[in-house]
Amino acid sequence: MNHPAIEASGLSYRYGTHSALQGVDLACAPGRLLALLGPNGAGKTTLVKLLLGVFSPQQGKVRVAGGDPRQRATRTGIGTMLQISGVPENLSVAELADLFASLYPDPLPRMAALGLAEVEDLAKRRFGQLSGGQRQRVLLALALIGQPGVLVLDEPGSGLDPASRRALGELIRAQRERATTVLLCTHDLEEAARLADEVVILDRGRVIASGTPSELTRRLPERRVRCRTNLNTERLAALPGCCQVSRDGDVAEILVRDVNPFLQALLAADPLMSDLGVAGASLEDAFLTLTHPPLKEAA
Amino acid sequence: MNAGARFEHSAHWQFTRAAFLGLWRMPAYSLPTLLFPVGFYVFFGLLMNPAFAQWMLATFATFGVVGTALFAFGVGVAMERSQGWWLLLRAAPTPFSAVLAGKLAAVMGFALMIVLIMAWLAAVFGGVRLESGQWLALVAVLIAGTLPFSLLGLALGLWLSPNAAPAIINVLYLPLALLSGLWIPVSQLPAMVQGLAVWLPPYHLAGLALHVSGTHAGPWLQHLLALAAFTVLSAGLAALAWRRFKGA
Repeated sequence: MNHPAIEASGLSYRYGTHSALQGVDLACAPGRLLALLGPNGAGKTTLVKLLLGVFSPQQGKVRVAGGDPRQRATRTGIGTMLQISGVPENLSVAELADLFASLYPDPLPRMAALGLAEVEDLAKRRFGQLSGGQRQRVLLALALIGQPGVLVLDEPGSGLDPASRRALGELIRAQRERATTVLLCTHDLEEAARLADEVVILDRGRVIASGTPSELTRRLPERRVRCRTNLNTERLAALPGCCQVSRDGDVAEILVRDVNPFLQALLAADPLMSDLGVAGASLEDAFLTLTHPPLKEAA
Repeated sequence: MNAGARFEHSAHWQFTRAAFLGLWRMPAYSLPTLLFPVGFYVFFGLLMNPAFAQWMLATFATFGVVGTALFAFGVGVAMERSQGWWLLLRAAPTPFSAVLAGKLAAVMGFALMIVLIMAWLAAVFGGVRLESGQWLALVAVLIAGTLPFSLLGLALGLWLSPNAAPAIINVLYLPLALLSGLWIPVSQLPAMVQGLAVWLPPYHLAGLALHVSGTHAGPWLQHLLALAAFTVLSAGLAALAWRRFKGA
């Protein structure tokens, strides 16, 4: 059985005239962690709603955990965390765990599920009394209580401080050891690179890149070079190692992968180049490179 | 698993418990739902019109159970929907029959509390004496009466935003109660609005409650048919609203 645990093909979805997804293909093998990365508005949440059977595809197909997620029986094999949970705040964590356990054919005992998310000690607390990090862990426990083969997590770390976010990420990654397939939606490139086996990057409703984190980071810039030059954007973009160019008058900013060959080529092409500055590229720079190919951004 | 454990782990029981606890622990719901009808009954019935304690038991209890249903479903569903709870339930393998039946059972639990508190007050402080069959029939009619108002509340909760829901439901509920003769008998209302009552569902529920408690022999079949028609209408509205919700 090597069917993908999560599979979407030719998936399109429009809201009125706004096209949220255009021909998205996606596949994740059992037991792998796929990060779905993209800026806000890229279509991640729409894709998640299709994968969870909340929406019906307008074009294309979706299969999750071996079935159509619009069928309730299929969803007994899927656990989920959504961006906004709206969980009743005046129920206790134990009451919520029992409520979710009742939805699945073979649930974990309450404390075992809370243990997976390291929240056993919160069992008696009301959900509304919990901190943001505690809430996300409890929601993870609720997603896990039905022993799902597939986890779909939409921005589980949003709103958390970096330490809580990292800890939650480790808990999520640990689910792979239980042979659980995980789809993790995030707009945090660093988180995706750290946790995922595979990364799919979605931008404006299309998959613009996919691969392992190392394959993708090999294409990402490491340095931001700033200088005054007469070379136009096309010439700069053609230099070795150039990932991204932007210009403001005669000042150019270039994101580059490998800085030494780039600078040698730059000086050779424009000996009058001046005011050179080189800084480390940020994750946002990397993301910009992936979501905006260099020449399209020519100003 | 034995039958007891199977019941405890059933989605129907779990959603009933969650709905009841959720309402019970929300003072903005549980206090007005319980205290207003009971307090009104004590003040307007037992203190001001003790001669009508038995009549007002039926009409103020009707006022109470109608409010219980309209607010739990109307405001509750609008809130749960907008806060994302229903989306999470839809993404999980939730049988929505359990969500709705659980909420209805919780509403019926609140309705039972209201009726029992009022019945106790009526018997102890109002000198109201009914035969045991009449007590049971009164309780049964009022509990069953929550069904059509729950369906109407569900339709409203599926249509309205959580900001609009409490205001609109109050605007419906209070005039309905007044014009249906739940506070003052319809015959004491201004002549021009008396004719409206037969079109209002709470009037018929109160009429049935008055009839079965032996307080006022009314046209019970007419009340029953009117409530049946209202139940069908509310169910239809709720079904339409549900289809719209599922499409969104």
